[in-house]
Amino acid sequence: MSAWETVIGLEIHAQLATKSKIFSGSATRYGAPPNSQASLVDLGYPGVLPVLNGEAVRMAVKLGLALNATIAPRSVFARKNYFYPDLPKGYQISQYELPIVAQGSLEIVLEDGSTRKIGVTRAHLEEDAGKSLHEGLPGLTGIDLNRAGTPLVEIVSEPELRSAREAVAYMKKVHTLVRYLEICDGNMQEGSFRCDANVSVRKAGTQKFGTRAEIKNLNSFRFVERAINYEAARQIELLESGGTVVQETRLYDPDKGETRSMRSKEEANDYRYFPDPDLLPVELDAAFIDSVRQTLPELPDQKAARLVRDYALSAYDAGVLSASRELAAYYEEVVRAVPKEPKLAANWVMGELAAALNKDNLEITCGRIPAAHLAALVARIADATISGKIAKEVFEVMWAEGSTPDAVIEAKGLRQITDTATIERVIDEVMAKNPGQLADYRAGKDKLFGFFVGQVMKATGGKANPAQLNALLKQKLGG
Amino acid sequence: MSELHHTSLTALAAGLRARRFSSVELVRAFLARIDRHQGALNAFISVTGERALKEAQAADAALAAGAPGALLGVPIAHKDIFCTRGVRTTCGSRMLDNFVAPYDATVVAKLKAAGAVMLGKTNMDEFAMGSSNETSYYGAVRNPWNPQLVPGGSSGGSAAAVAARLVPGATATDTGGSIRQPAALCGITGIKPTYGRVSRYGMIAFASSLDQGGVLTNSAADAALMLREMAGFDPRDSTSVEREVPDYVAALEAPLTGLKVGLLKEFFEGLERENEARIREALRIYEGLGAKLTEVSLPNLPLSVPVYYVVAPAECSSNLARFDGVRFGHRCENPRDLRDLYCRSRGEGFGAEVKRRIMTGTYVLSAGYYDAYYLKAQRVRQLINADFIRAFQSVDVLIGPTTPTPAFEIGAKTADPITMYLNDIYTIGANLAGLPAASVPCGFVGALPVGLQVVGPHFSEARVLAVAHAFQRATDWHTRVPQGYA
Repeated sequence: MSAWETVIGLEIHAQLATKSKIFSGSATRYGAPPNSQASLVDLGYPGVLPVLNGEAVRMAVKLGLALNATIAPRSVFARKNYFYPDLPKGYQISQYELPIVAQGSLEIVLEDGSTRKIGVTRAHLEEDAGKSLHEGLPGLTGIDLNRAGTPLVEIVSEPELRSAREAVAYMKKVHTLVRYLEICDGNMQEGSFRCDANVSVRKAGTQKFGTRAEIKNLNSFRFVERAINYEAARQIELLESGGTVVQETRLYDPDKGETRSMRSKEEANDYRYFPDPDLLPVELDAAFIDSVRQTLPELPDQKAARLVRDYALSAYDAGVLSASRELAAYYEEVVRAVPKEPKLAANWVMGELAAALNKDNLEITCGRIPAAHLAALVARIADATISGKIAKEVFEVMWAEGSTPDAVIEAKGLRQITDTATIERVIDEVMAKNPGQLADYRAGKDKLFGFFVGQVMKATGGKANPAQLNALLKQKLGG
Repeated sequence: MSELHHTSLTALAAGLRARRFSSVELVRAFLARIDRHQGALNAFISVTGERALKEAQAADAALAAGAPGALLGVPIAHKDIFCTRGVRTTCGSRMLDNFVAPYDATVVAKLKAAGAVMLGKTNMDEFAMGSSNETSYYGAVRNPWNPQLVPGGSSGGSAAAVAARLVPGATATDTGGSIRQPAALCGITGIKPTYGRVSRYGMIAFASSLDQGGVLTNSAADAALMLREMAGFDPRDSTSVEREVPDYVAALEAPLTGLKVGLLKEFFEGLERENEARIREALRIYEGLGAKLTEVSLPNLPLSVPVYYVVAPAECSSNLARFDGVRFGHRCENPRDLRDLYCRSRGEGFGAEVKRRIMTGTYVLSAGYYDAYYLKAQRVRQLINADFIRAFQSVDVLIGPTTPTPAFEIGAKTADPITMYLNDIYTIGANLAGLPAASVPCGFVGALPVGLQVVGPHFSEARVLAVAHAFQRATDWHTRVPQGYA
C-alpha cells in the first residue's frame, strides 16, 4: 500500500439542454457560424438587461432532487468580475453565496463491486463565456460569442474521491444522471460536459489536506484519469524530494500526457463577487419543487435495482445496462420479446452489440440492429436452432446487412444439425479418414477427443449441435 | 403661434388633437428655439431636426386619421442615456461618442408608441455621474436663469431645455437626485418614480439598483401625462414591477383635505436660511389646502450620502466593465496587446469623475474590504428603507427641500468631489429606498429658483403628483420663465 493518499474534488460543468440561453432568447445550438447566435444581451450592449430562463431553473431543481440535495428556497445570482475579450460584460453571472442546490450526494460503484457515497457540496447556475479563436487568424484573436450566455450548472463535489478511478466513476455517474434527467446532452467533445479537478496528496492516515492544484477543463473521462494520475505522481515526487506543492491552476496537455502550470494563487484574480442588481433572487416554493419532482424519470440507481429484481441480473450487469436510459430501454425491449432469457439477452446486449457499436462509434439509438432482431437471435439460440458460436456469425451478417436472424440462417444454411443419423454419418466418415488418431485415442490419448470434435464441426460447417455431437462422439469413439 | 412654447405639454397634446396647430408647426417652432439657444445653453448633444420633421408629418397624418396616442405629435427630448435606434447615444462620454444603438430603450419605444416626436438627445453628466453637468464630454450645460451657474445634474441638459422652453418635456434619469436636483436648480417640475415603475431596458446603467427613469416638465400635470405613457412592467427588465399603472392624470385633482404631511427633521439640517424660508412658506400653503403637518425623524437618513457613495460606485465599477474597446465604443489607436487595448481605450474614453467612481467601486468590492464597505452599506441601506417605511405608517407624504442651496457657479465645486456629493444629501434617500419623489418650484432665493421635494411611499406616484399639482394650482412659480427665454 502506498504511503500517500490522493484527495480529489471535481467541479463538473454541465451545459443545460435549454432551447435558449440563460439570460437571453438566443439559441444554444452547437456549431453555428460565429456570432450568429449572439443577441444584444449576449454581446453585453449598453442598456440591455438579463432575464432569467425559467427552464434552466427547472433543470437545476431536477438535478438537485436527483442528488437528494437541498433546493434553496431563495438563491441569488452574483457577478464574477474580470476582464477577458470573450466575456462581453466584463463579468460572468453566476451564483456565489446562495446556490440553488446544496448538500446532495450520489453513490458510485467501485471495481470490487462495493459502493461509496460521494458528497455534492453544491450545484449552481451560471452563464458560459464565449470563445477566443486563434486558428487561421495570424496575429489576431477572433471572438465567437455563440456560447456566451449558454446555461451551465456547476456541480461541486466534496473532496471525497481517493483515486483517479473513483473520480472517473463519479464523473460517469453524474454524466449518466444528467442524461437520464434530460438536462444535458452529455456531449463531451462539444464541451457540454467537462470538469476541473482539484488534486492534492497527503500521507496516508493523516487528516489535514495537502496543498491542491486545480486542473482546468478536462473534457474526457480518459483525460480525467490520466491528468489526476500524472498530477498525483508529480506532487508525491515533489514532496518526497523535499519540495512543496504550490497552490495553482494547471492545464492538462493530452498530447504530452502531463499537467503544467497556468497561474499561481498570487496571480489569481480578485473576482469582486457581489449580488447582481439586475436580477431578482430566485424564490422557489414547495409547490414548484413538488411539481418538478413529479417530472423525475426512474433514476439510474432505481432502474438498476429493478433490473436485478425483475430479471435476476447481477448488480454489475444491471449497473452496465442502466448506465444510459436508451441502453436500458433497448435491453428491456429485447427481454419483453424473450422473457425467459433475461441473462442471455443481457450478455448479447452488453457483449456483441456493445462491442459492435463501440467499434463503429455508434450509439444504441442508431437503429442498426432493432431490438426485435436481437430478440429473434436470442430466441434462436434458446430454441437450439443455432449455437452460440454460429449466432456470432449470424450477428455479423445482421450488423453488416441489417437482415433478420432467420433470413441469415436460411440464406446461409446455418440451421443447426440436430438429426442424430446425420451426425453419426459424419462421425463415421471422420473416424474412417483418421485411423491413426482413432487408434491413439483408443490407446488412451484422451486429448484427441477435441481433435475429433473439430473435424466433425469442420465437416458440418460448425452446424452440428454441440451437445449431441459430444454425446454421440463419446459413444462412437469408445467403440 | 408665438405662444406655443409657453403652452403646457398637456395643452399642446389637446391642441394637436383639436387640429388648432399641426405637429410640423410645433416641431418647427421648438427646433427654431433650440437653434437660437443651443449655443448659450449647450443643452443638447444631438438635435435630430430632419427626423423630427418626418415624424411630425407622420403624426399629422395620424392625427388627421384620428389615430390614438396620448402624445401624438408632441415634441419631446430624450436624455442621452436612453438608447435610440439609429441616433447616436453617447451617455455624455467620449467612450460612446461613436455609438449608435441598434435598438430603442423601452421608454423611448413607449413614448414613440404614444405618438411623441423626438427633437434630440440632451446633454448630461458623463454616465450620469455628477450633480452639475460639468462632467459631460460635450461640455457643461448652462443654467437658463444665469449662464454662469450650473443647471444641476446629471439630467442638466433635459432640465435646462425644459426650463428655457426649448422643449415642453424631456425624459431624465435619477440615481441619486439626477432628476429632482436639476429640476430644483432650473425652476421646473421633475419626478423620479418608484424603483421598478419605469423599465430600465435600454437606459445605460450607472447603478442598477438605484437608477430610475422619469420626466422633467413645466408642471406636475404634464409630468403625470408623460409618466403615464412611459411607466409599466417590461418583461425585458426583471426589476420592473408587474403592477397596473394608474391614470396619473385622472388622479391629479384629488383633494388634500386631511393629508398628513411629514416634515423630515433631518431635511432641515444644513439648509441655507433663505432656502428654508421658501420651504416654510410652501408648507403654509399646504396647511391652507387642508394638509396636517407633523415632524418626523429618520435617524439613519444622515448616512445616505456615504452609503450611496459605496453602493453606486460598486455597481458602476461592474456596469462599466463592458466598455472595453472590443465590441463598441471608443477603441485606442494601434493597441500593442490586450492589456494595452483595455488600459488605453478605457483611459482615453472615460473622464475623471467616472474613473474616480470606478476606482472607488472596485476598492469597496475587493477581497478584504467587501464586508467593511459594500456589505455594511447594504445593511445601512436596509435601515434607511425601514426608517422610511416606518415614517409612512404615520404620514402620507414627506415634504422638504430638494437641495440645500440654489444653483452654484460653474467650476465652484469641481475641485472638491465631497462638496459636490453633498449637494445630493436630500435626494439620495429616496433612491436608496426606491421611493417616488418629485421636485416642484416653490419660489426664489434672489433671482434663483428653489425646489420643494415631495416623497411618497412605494408606488404612490399618483399621490405625489396630486400633492405637487395642488401646490401648482395655488401658486404660479412653475409658470416663471427665465429672462431671455420668454
